[in-house]
Amino acid sequence: MTKLNTREEFEKLSAEMKAKTAAAPTTISICGGTGCLAYGAAKIISAFEAEVEKQGLSGSIRVLATGCHGFCERGPLVLIQPLGVLYTRVQDKHIARIVTETAKDGKIIEELLYVDPQTNEKITKEEDIPFYKKQMRIVFGDNGSIRPTSIEDYLGIGGYSALAKALFTMKPEQIIDDIKKSGLRGRGGGGFPTGRKWESCRKAPGEMRYVVCNADEGDPGAYMDRSVLEGNPHSVLEGMIIGAYAIGSSEGYVYVRNEYPLACENIRKAIDAAEELGLLGDNILGTGFSFKVFITKGGGAFVCGESSALMQSLEDKLGEPRAKYIHTVERGFRDMPTNLNNVETWANVPLIINRGVEWFTSIGTEKSKGTKIFSLVGKINNTGLVEVPMGMSLREIIFDIGGGIRDGKKFKAVQTGGPSGGCLGEKDLDLAVDFDVLSEHGSMMGSGGMIVMDESTCMVDVARYFLAFLEQESCGKCVPCREGVKQMRKILEDITKGKGKEGDVELLISIGETVKAASLCALGQSAPFPVLSTIKNFRDEYDAHIKDKKCPAKVCKSLIKFTISKKNCTGCGACLRACPVKAITGEKKETHVLNQKLCIQCGTCLESCKFDAIIVK
Amino acid sequence: MIEFTIDGKKFSAPEGTTILQAARQHNIYIPTLCHNDSLSDYGACRVCLVELRWPKGGGKLVTSCLYPVSEGLDVYTRSEWVLKTRRGVVELILARSPKSEPVKKLAAEMGITEPNPRFVQDPDNHCVLCGMCIRACEEVVGVSAINFSGHGVTRKVCTPFNEANPVCIGCGACSYVCPTNVIKFEDSGSTRKIWEREFQMRKCEQCGDSFMPKAQVEFMKKKLNIPDEFFNKCPDCR
Repeated sequence: MTKLNTREEFEKLSAEMKAKTAAAPTTISICGGTGCLAYGAAKIISAFEAEVEKQGLSGSIRVLATGCHGFCERGPLVLIQPLGVLYTRVQDKHIARIVTETAKDGKIIEELLYVDPQTNEKITKEEDIPFYKKQMRIVFGDNGSIRPTSIEDYLGIGGYSALAKALFTMKPEQIIDDIKKSGLRGRGGGGFPTGRKWESCRKAPGEMRYVVCNADEGDPGAYMDRSVLEGNPHSVLEGMIIGAYAIGSSEGYVYVRNEYPLACENIRKAIDAAEELGLLGDNILGTGFSFKVFITKGGGAFVCGESSALMQSLEDKLGEPRAKYIHTVERGFRDMPTNLNNVETWANVPLIINRGVEWFTSIGTEKSKGTKIFSLVGKINNTGLVEVPMGMSLREIIFDIGGGIRDGKKFKAVQTGGPSGGCLGEKDLDLAVDFDVLSEHGSMMGSGGMIVMDESTCMVDVARYFLAFLEQESCGKCVPCREGVKQMRKILEDITKGKGKEGDVELLISIGETVKAASLCALGQSAPFPVLSTIKNFRDEYDAHIKDKKCPAKVCKSLIKFTISKKNCTGCGACLRACPVKAITGEKKETHVLNQKLCIQCGTCLESCKFDAIIVK
Repeated sequence: MIEFTIDGKKFSAPEGTTILQAARQHNIYIPTLCHNDSLSDYGACRVCLVELRWPKGGGKLVTSCLYPVSEGLDVYTRSEWVLKTRRGVVELILARSPKSEPVKKLAAEMGITEPNPRFVQDPDNHCVLCGMCIRACEEVVGVSAINFSGHGVTRKVCTPFNEANPVCIGCGACSYVCPTNVIKFEDSGSTRKIWEREFQMRKCEQCGDSFMPKAQVEFMKKKLNIPDEFFNKCPDCR
């Protein structure tokens, strides 16, 4: 494609692409997100392409390999448009039928439809599936309708029109004003007002100003930024270009972890395509405004998601934070004013410019506007990425969208905000999820991790797990984080091993308060949250471990004992064969015996027994 | 000049002054472990924490070594929050280096006589990772022979790959600034051993003392453009 030099040239191309999209024939959109790829979506995609070709339908049916659709639990996902029919768990053997029956003839294949586990009803359309119904996918929704690296597809859904609007009809101050009025807050965790950040950066003195995209998402179990960058990289790029124009920056960086190879590849391709079209680089659309974007790959240290550590790493230095008594918007990357926003924040910018402040502020709560993407994982029926308006209750997210707890078990806790978030319990389920409400209740929004736990989860063990993660990921610069987290982890480990002592809980609170108040960066300051929140909400579990030497959830190996019930055992031998340490003996059709001295409490016998004969105490 | 208060008393200082500098100028004691007037501040030990209180209520703890004074700043060096948190921090340092005399002295100032028995202790560890040796080597000497390696609990100070580092000049500045006396060098006659290396020493023509590693002589000659003869005598005989 040739470089666009004027607004007219852009509008013409944009109109052409939109018309092309509008006139698109039947589309088979196949999720190529990380989750579906793991389910073998790559093979499914090429098989669809081959099948359409074979049937000679290339002119009337288009196969789109898209980014993540969010419903990872049911992948590989195949969406037929404009019918809106969603098929889940699609396999090779279904492909020919889908092409002939649904894409060509418009007939529904019943057995591939999603079955609502609550009602047992088959649901035809994607929009009617409870998982999608309550969502509001303004940022994430386009993932399903474009090929991630196709700039034509992105233009076809109105892509880069916000950039054109900003460049040709708005002054930088006006853009900043709109972002301020929109109430957009940083999606990376801090929730700082984006417009105010941009304004401070624009006003800060400096020969250069930098714009950086934080794509260093490192929370265990969280992958929303990854999926946006993989599935719709142009939306992030467009946001960055608008931001750079508003702030007065000519150089930008995407800091993305090397463990996200597809995200690295797709943002690279997006940058190249945008440069080729004159939407990025020198003299953008003939306006005289120039902005270049570079990619820096991070090595995967969790602490490098922290702004000052990220900027150290960008400068090829050791990724450790510094005191931010002088803010990075004044002195950040290369000691120059630097504006850092995360992937999701950038992706919100074109929407606000295009659809207006009023539209954006109509979504969400008083102080948290817009939507938030959450990575809904753990012991939940519908694992996946969900985008909901701010203010939705945890209950709606977990039970309506998430479909409730797996295997009919009882909900126990949800951890929001990543490894250093707090664990909220049953009584908090009706809290409206926004930046402030979560903080007020001892957790945080973070970047949007949401780990759901059921009755079989031990909360002391959860606290131990996250502290062990944070101990490993602490940079080690300041004493409270490095030493305090280590001591807390050790005490938690003792408690889970039955070596907890009277007074441990009080000591954990005391160390936690020190670490929270005295640590240098947000990693340390929030590191005690998993401990403090589980003590606050699940104190009885700590007491059971310490005083009674019992793990109520029957997770902590040192505190549980497996025995075989004489009443229930049929002598089938399943446990005997399954036991990895040969701790179970017994003759066929006679009650088996478990040797406690050999048992390693792995629980394999429990899983193998079909007669409820393994008792855990 | 900027006006501010420390512990309720009004003071003034030029822009860019840190709270610690201002406090010390007026003999207000704030303990430190990783501060040295000749080095840049780093904010690692957190012992110099002070409390800032906002006019509209609320406040936070900051490291006084890094926080610059600003107009109307209301600083507290001995509030209940400061003392409690500082004590908590020193308890953690004491558990890390329970046998280190300077650490024990600092702990005693806060009324801590013994490390908390519930804490994991490392009796052989005297390094508190304050990083002063690294900054002295980089900022004062200008060679950067040592740095941190590893991260989190595995962090330590060493030469690259724990091997003899050719850029080291054996000057011993790292050892001199170390607050816990953990970096040692061995001078035996004509040689000095430090950081996996053995240095030949320059002898004083007059008294015969081995007073400086030859590598340091060469480094200083080049850096400061001094003739070799200058080093014929030791500082005492010069």
